Amino acid sequence: MVKGRHDRHGDTALDRLAREVARGMYGQGGPSFSRRGLLRTAGVGTMALSSGGLLAACGTSGTKQSAEECVSKDLSTTEKKLTWSNWPLYIDEKGKSLPTLEAFESQTGIDVTYNTDVNDNSQFFAKVRNQLGACEPTERDIVVLTDWMAARMIGLGWIQELDMKAMPNVEANLVDTLREPEWDPGRKYSVPWQSGLTGIAYNSKFTGEVSSFEELVTRADLKGKISMLTEMGDTMGFMLKLTGADPSDFSDDEWGAALARLEEIVASGQVRRFTGNDYTGALNKGDIVACEAWSGDVIAMQYDNPDIKFVTPEEGLALWSDNMMVPNKADHLGNAQELINYYYDPEVAAKVSAWVNYICPVQGTEDAMAEVDESLVGNPLIFPTSTDLETTFAFKNLDSKVREGYEKEFNQVIGA
Amino acid sequence: MSAASLLSTTPVASASKRGASRTAYILLLLPLLWLFVFFVIPLVSLVSTSLYDPAGSLETGYAMTGHVQNYVSVLADYRSHILRSFAYAAAATIACIVLGYPLAYAIAFKAGRWKNLMLVAVIAPFFTSFLIRTLSWQMLLGDQAWFADALRFVHILGPDGHLLATPFAVVTGLTYNFLPFMVLPLYTSLEKVDPRLMEAGSDLYASPITTFAKVTLPLSMPGLVAGTLLTFIPAAGDYINAELLGNPRTQMIGNVIQNLFEGGSYPEAAALSVTLMAVIVVMVLVYIRRAGTEELL
Repeated sequence: MVKGRHDRHGDTALDRLAREVARGMYGQGGPSFSRRGLLRTAGVGTMALSSGGLLAACGTSGTKQSAEECVSKDLSTTEKKLTWSNWPLYIDEKGKSLPTLEAFESQTGIDVTYNTDVNDNSQFFAKVRNQLGACEPTERDIVVLTDWMAARMIGLGWIQELDMKAMPNVEANLVDTLREPEWDPGRKYSVPWQSGLTGIAYNSKFTGEVSSFEELVTRADLKGKISMLTEMGDTMGFMLKLTGADPSDFSDDEWGAALARLEEIVASGQVRRFTGNDYTGALNKGDIVACEAWSGDVIAMQYDNPDIKFVTPEEGLALWSDNMMVPNKADHLGNAQELINYYYDPEVAAKVSAWVNYICPVQGTEDAMAEVDESLVGNPLIFPTSTDLETTFAFKNLDSKVREGYEKEFNQVIGA
Repeated sequence: MSAASLLSTTPVASASKRGASRTAYILLLLPLLWLFVFFVIPLVSLVSTSLYDPAGSLETGYAMTGHVQNYVSVLADYRSHILRSFAYAAAATIACIVLGYPLAYAIAFKAGRWKNLMLVAVIAPFFTSFLIRTLSWQMLLGDQAWFADALRFVHILGPDGHLLATPFAVVTGLTYNFLPFMVLPLYTSLEKVDPRLMEAGSDLYASPITTFAKVTLPLSMPGLVAGTLLTFIPAAGDYINAELLGNPRTQMIGNVIQNLFEGGSYPEAAALSVTLMAVIVVMVLVYIRRAGTEELL
């Protein structure tokens, strides 16, 4: 247990933005004039020869795949290796080493390449869509993505079916509430890695308790000092709640009303920024004093700054999970299943949980936690009871065209 | 200077002149191929994407229907972002001129033996990443930082006022990040100005201001034009400063393009990118024509 390493915000924001900067630099300027001169010399005629350009000029075909068309093979018996893409700071770390993962490697002889290259669901999707859409390998055997993105990828037929029989721990220990998601009945394609809650965090050094979302978005003394999340499901879930709709089942009109409410809030200048993980730094410093926040981040921040508080808003908490999946053309399905099975051993899960502080989807972890870190036993943000979970809600599963339209409207409002 | 003229000055017999120009073309081949693959093809693809039917999606694919309507709809939806981007970029460019011209002038004419050190100081920020520098501004301008405290103390800022997450912060960030791109071309131009011309100006009874306006400024125009372009163009397309230092109501066109792209609205994102590019090209052409410095480029 290395509490000093809980500095979640710095790395995450930097990681994410470093990549954005790299991308931004490629995309920024208009065409420069030396290029134009050269182009003129080269002759515009070459443009017509561009096969890529010509192909693009005819539109694109769909990217949906099916198990019959896109067949993956499993080399696990001969190749003892595995590549895993996960979010930053989402597994137990000890300095530079990853204790539970290294134990897995020495137990099984499988060589695991662990990459933290998932920082944002949409960005990751953009990164792999060309390969997966064309049934080509992504060089990744396990990817970890949030419910809605997992649903989208499964819907696209990009994910390999898992064999529950090869994962007896999952069969036995997966919590009941996560066994039958609407988008993957029976967990044929995905297994939860961690779950988490979205609620409100505030810095008690600068403000009093903020007990509801209504308060967060209307209280005059918080004007210009709150942040909300760019994750549409989280933020709009609460907006739907505020306008009296059910986030797990709402109509277009209800969506419109919730969006109008958000628009009002933005226009009033209440919200300082819409953020990803990077709200933590600002909350710590007091640039923002209260915000919409993810439970694990807040617990991690509390180690360094006891002024940070997490509250269950009167409207309830949003519940979500990140899911492990094996994409098409990944060559090590067997190894992947072995790893998933390993992390569903409560003792291993407890070690991960003690470090990442999110809700563990493995039954029996709380008992095992007593051995790892007594202080976390009974923490309702890591081990919520069924009464705690009664106030939680999940965001409706949307088909991708509807989601695209909603995302666009949402982005227009949060970046007015 | 073209590669051909460079080559022709080599001490090879003049009979090989044609051979030299062929060599020039061969040397050009690789850069041209590079441009073709990484500029022409993406550009064609971008323009065609902007004409796809937005009713498509990644799942179903996009049909090429020559949907020019995309441009109309993005212009209607994001006009304020486009105007805002150009306003911020213009403000940052002007701030860069105001700060950068005296600096470049001082380095070129007054720095003496400190010249090299000062030039290094101008370039020094590039030793750390763009991102780290912008994040540092987040701290400098933060609500609890001394700068905001001081301004509150003298009542320039109200008790609840803040600097971070305002248009001021975004323009400050843009100015800071692009200042070296203004200073360096200006310095290069000014450095070439013969000081005797200024002496001649004063010998002819011109006041220092008149000398500056009639001699120094016109001679430094190439640097000023280059600096303006190098500052304005990237600043108009920038989104990191607006993202890190702005608020939801200071988002620039780059932020919109990024959001549209990540949200899956590819045709609109492409249409907006092409629009941004076209507007900038037109503005630059007009600017160069007016400044009368075509021969520079």
